Amino acid sequence: MTRKQRRLYFVLLGLVALGAASALILTAISDSLVYFYTPSDLVGKPQPEGRRMRIGGLVQDHSVIRDGKSVTFVVTDLTHGLPVTYAGILPDLFREGQGVVVEGKMGTDGTFLAAEVLAKHDEKYMPKDVADALKKSGQWKEPKAN
Amino acid sequence: MHRYANPARFLRLAKAILPYSSGLAVLLLGSGLWFALVGSPADYQQGDSMRIMYVHVPSAWMGMVCYVAMAVLSAMALIWKHPLADLLARATAPVGAAFTLLCLITGSLWGKPMWGTWWVWDARLTSMLILLFLYLGYMALIDAFDDPERGSKAGAILALVGAVNIPVIKFSVDWWNTLHQPASVVKMGGPAIDPSMLLPLLLMAFGFKAYWVTVLLLRGRAEIAAQKIRVLRLAQVHASSRGE
Amino acid sequence: MESLHALFAMGGYAGYVWPAYGISVVVLIGVLVVSVRQVRCREAELERLQGPRRERRGSPAGAGS
Repeated sequence: MTRKQRRLYFVLLGLVALGAASALILTAISDSLVYFYTPSDLVGKPQPEGRRMRIGGLVQDHSVIRDGKSVTFVVTDLTHGLPVTYAGILPDLFREGQGVVVEGKMGTDGTFLAAEVLAKHDEKYMPKDVADALKKSGQWKEPKAN
Repeated sequence: MHRYANPARFLRLAKAILPYSSGLAVLLLGSGLWFALVGSPADYQQGDSMRIMYVHVPSAWMGMVCYVAMAVLSAMALIWKHPLADLLARATAPVGAAFTLLCLITGSLWGKPMWGTWWVWDARLTSMLILLFLYLGYMALIDAFDDPERGSKAGAILALVGAVNIPVIKFSVDWWNTLHQPASVVKMGGPAIDPSMLLPLLLMAFGFKAYWVTVLLLRGRAEIAAQKIRVLRLAQVHASSRGE
Repeated sequence: MESLHALFAMGGYAGYVWPAYGISVVVLIGVLVVSVRQVRCREAELERLQGPRRERRGSPAGAGS
């Protein structure tokens, strides 16, 4: 084969090898690339005390209780819920039924002690009047849990 | 393809296209800006902060498109030794870097009010930052050698190796749990974005594309001229050393 | 005018929206200006180098393309 063809094959081979290696590495460390775990991920997996991690899901409806400077709520993925307490300022978009990611550590009593609360919003973009009309006509789709 | 290997042909093409691409860019970006800031409604949950999307998303798209172009051109340079491919890859790199930087900065300005933080190390943001590093690495590498051809070759290899990052960026929000939301426009089931907001987004996106073509043509001309200058200077040195 | 005020206020997010657009405009115009200057500078230098040689030899030496 010509030199040009040989060059082409080498480059392609190199790229395929690189792609395969990257895929393998990514699957291997995929667990730590996850930005957050869901409450279901935690079920049955006892976490070492004091280990810092992030949990994501939806703020369970009617679960937000403000108590002086701190607030408690439940993060749910519609299968399992995790109670959380937080003593800081909640972001603008934090509300019940909305996506949320909490970072902190697991407390001794099964409650998650959040050091940081971030709001996660979905990929839908629409004007307020369209949203209102959808809600009124009963066609409003709730956000998914992740 | 080898028809366009001739720089003179590229220069003629550039001359013909430039007025149209720049005119189109001005038109699309101008109307896009108006629709983005004035002629479209605020979002039901993000309010007016969502308008940042109209510069953030086109920047992200162009940062990725530019890199793919750079990778394809690098392959053409390495495999087919296409003489123009190297020059155009060099030309487009700084523009892609600028788009990517813009994407990160505008994203940060959008993330702070909406998420509650300027930055997170999730898969989407991290892979975009890696893209910026790849651009900067490429730009450093191509000028790191005395012989520009060796620099181009090294840069081409880096560009190709880094290309695996592009699907990672695109699918990061699907493959891993991220804070960044999933795709709104290019997804199964059609766009999840209201038409009144899709319009400014598309105007800005195509405006950014027309802008990129314009700048690429200009920088391509500059790279060709630089190449010719190098050759002429080399010839002059040889001529004078021969005592002409 | 009320709508002009609304435009500047951006629903309370002015401190994020306007810097985002401002930086975008600055970067895009900046890259354009630098690129235009670079083309002009290089093509002018090429003219200079090619001018006297063209007179001497009748055509530029291949230019390596």
